[in-house]
Amino acid sequence: MATNQAAVVGTHADQHDPALLHHFATKEQQKNSASLGMWLFLGQEVMFFGGMFCAYLVYRYKYFGDFGSASQTLNIWYGAINTGVLLCSSLTVVLAVRAAQLNKRKALTVWLLLTIVLGLAFLGIKGIEYAEKFQDHHIPGPTFAYHGTVPSHPNQQVDPHHAEIYFSLYFAMTGMHALHMIIGVGLFGTLAFWAWRGKYSANYYTPIENAGLYWHFVDIVWIYLFPLLYLIDRHR
Amino acid sequence: MTEPAIPQVATTQDDSPHEHISGIGSSVAIWIALLICTGLTAGVAFIDLGPFNTIVALGIATFKAILVVLFFMHVKYTHEKLTGLVIASAIFFLFILLTLSMADYGTRLWR
Repeated sequence: MATNQAAVVGTHADQHDPALLHHFATKEQQKNSASLGMWLFLGQEVMFFGGMFCAYLVYRYKYFGDFGSASQTLNIWYGAINTGVLLCSSLTVVLAVRAAQLNKRKALTVWLLLTIVLGLAFLGIKGIEYAEKFQDHHIPGPTFAYHGTVPSHPNQQVDPHHAEIYFSLYFAMTGMHALHMIIGVGLFGTLAFWAWRGKYSANYYTPIENAGLYWHFVDIVWIYLFPLLYLIDRHR
Repeated sequence: MTEPAIPQVATTQDDSPHEHISGIGSSVAIWIALLICTGLTAGVAFIDLGPFNTIVALGIATFKAILVVLFFMHVKYTHEKLTGLVIASAIFFLFILLTLSMADYGTRLWR
């Protein structure tokens, strides 16, 4: 009975911990609950982006040549640099979580701010890419115009309707990804403010960790978007 | 086996295993591995491997995703089994979505 009591009531020290909400028995349970909530959300996000990846898969399979031609109008350097930028931001997130675990308030704030800077850099480069697409008349809609040949069959003209489908998927997927980045930047901005005010420590850094999970997920989506959108048939 | 007594004095905040703290060295090592894989993906795209271009590109992307999930998201170091279950479920359902959709569209006799 004594052990049961301890399990329900929690350790003596826990009970006075201001970070422990009273509907949780222990700090560990509280942390695991929050973590599970974020992972379930990420599971939902997998299905959310998965739907668009499925649409992309179906149309790429059907119009491979036209998609290859349209893919080559994207600037591979911007895409690769953006991938690098996001990977660096994932590193700064890892180091931010580590700083929180080690009670380093200033370091935590710095790493969070660096993550924001890198996120904004990604969005800036994306903006430049979108501007280029606007100038090239590759934005789907009334202004859309596309002329090109299929990379594997240089005699074959690309059907502009199929190219328009590619760009619709391109803007839908990268646009939704960019929206997630913007939300992430806002989230980290809030965290950076509270981190600077000393809200997070080794005793309580769950928001940092869970926001980190979100950011890593958005990074993983881009890790898949880059080869699928930018690198079709590049060897021709 | 004797039951543990309820602690009467303040102990460390939880009796559970401590959270894993990432080392700077290992984090940077994973980061460098990810950057190398990115360069590899971009480079291999310019080599003609026929149908294997897509497979290699997605394979490298999946390897990068696994590195991020296991190390950056701390899944390798967590004691919580439920996390792995959620990840496996999400991937499983994604595969159902992709494979059954492709089984449908891929077997239609469109011209």
